[in-house]
Amino acid sequence: MTMSEARIETMTLANAKWRPLTGGKLKLMICDDSNIIRRKIERELCIEQLQVVATAANGRQALEAFRKEPADVVTMDLTMPEMDGIECVEHLVRLKPDVLILVISALADKATAIEALKKGANGFLCKPFTDRQLTEALQELLRGAEA
Amino acid sequence: MMTKVELETFVEGTTHYFATSANQPASVGSPYIVQDGQPALQEFTGMINIAGKRRGVVYFTASRPMLTVLLMRMGETDLTQENLCDLVGEVANTISGNARRDFGKDFMISVPTVTAGEMERAVTPDHLRSFVIPINWRSHSAQLVVCLE
Repeated sequence: MTMSEARIETMTLANAKWRPLTGGKLKLMICDDSNIIRRKIERELCIEQLQVVATAANGRQALEAFRKEPADVVTMDLTMPEMDGIECVEHLVRLKPDVLILVISALADKATAIEALKKGANGFLCKPFTDRQLTEALQELLRGAEA
Repeated sequence: MMTKVELETFVEGTTHYFATSANQPASVGSPYIVQDGQPALQEFTGMINIAGKRRGVVYFTASRPMLTVLLMRMGETDLTQENLCDLVGEVANTISGNARRDFGKDFMISVPTVTAGEMERAVTPDHLRSFVIPINWRSHSAQLVVCLE
């Protein structure tokens, strides 16, 4: 499936960490130590061609989930317990070089954003963010992959 | 000792948080220094330890009603204690993380430590002065406390 063929469908919001993947969508993993942020991202993804297949509260959980089912797109927080986002990005890119990673973090200094991009992230969105900013950041990420 | 410009970073971070997350700006009062003892806490507190070039703590403390309304404004329907704790920690984390725009990468922030109801006073270093930034949002009040070397 190419990204342009991906269909937009209504997403269900459930608390389960694993979801069956319906056809025609890109697989998304959300990694953030805040449950509120994970749920916020899920809610706002209803208009995107993405299907949440896993959520994780830290880098280690994300890595485990990714090994079981590699996602196409990942949203990644940076400041997290156990394994931070920068380290996790490195591992994910090693496992799947074409994974698209949008870092979503409160760390607003340029050096951190540049480091994340150097490690293999494809975009950076600073917290706090509006629904529109999230949508635009993800759309830009997907457009960049298509180009 | 913090400068006025540094304190302004946290004031701006606070107003930006409410304007963006709740789509409803908060008014921030004049920051003041706690002269005696420790600044008081409300029911929920999210605390961030600061290390690196600067050391100390930053915490956000708020009441249950305020956090509940804030969660609702963010579109969240799960208003449980767990999510209130999550939110108070996330506010502290976000404002502290945003401060790196001005303080730089060496302003290292911890993951949040959250307390709910059990402490009346925060544990801030005795040798440092705490600045309190009063936050008024809708009919609620909260405080951001910044205590840095």
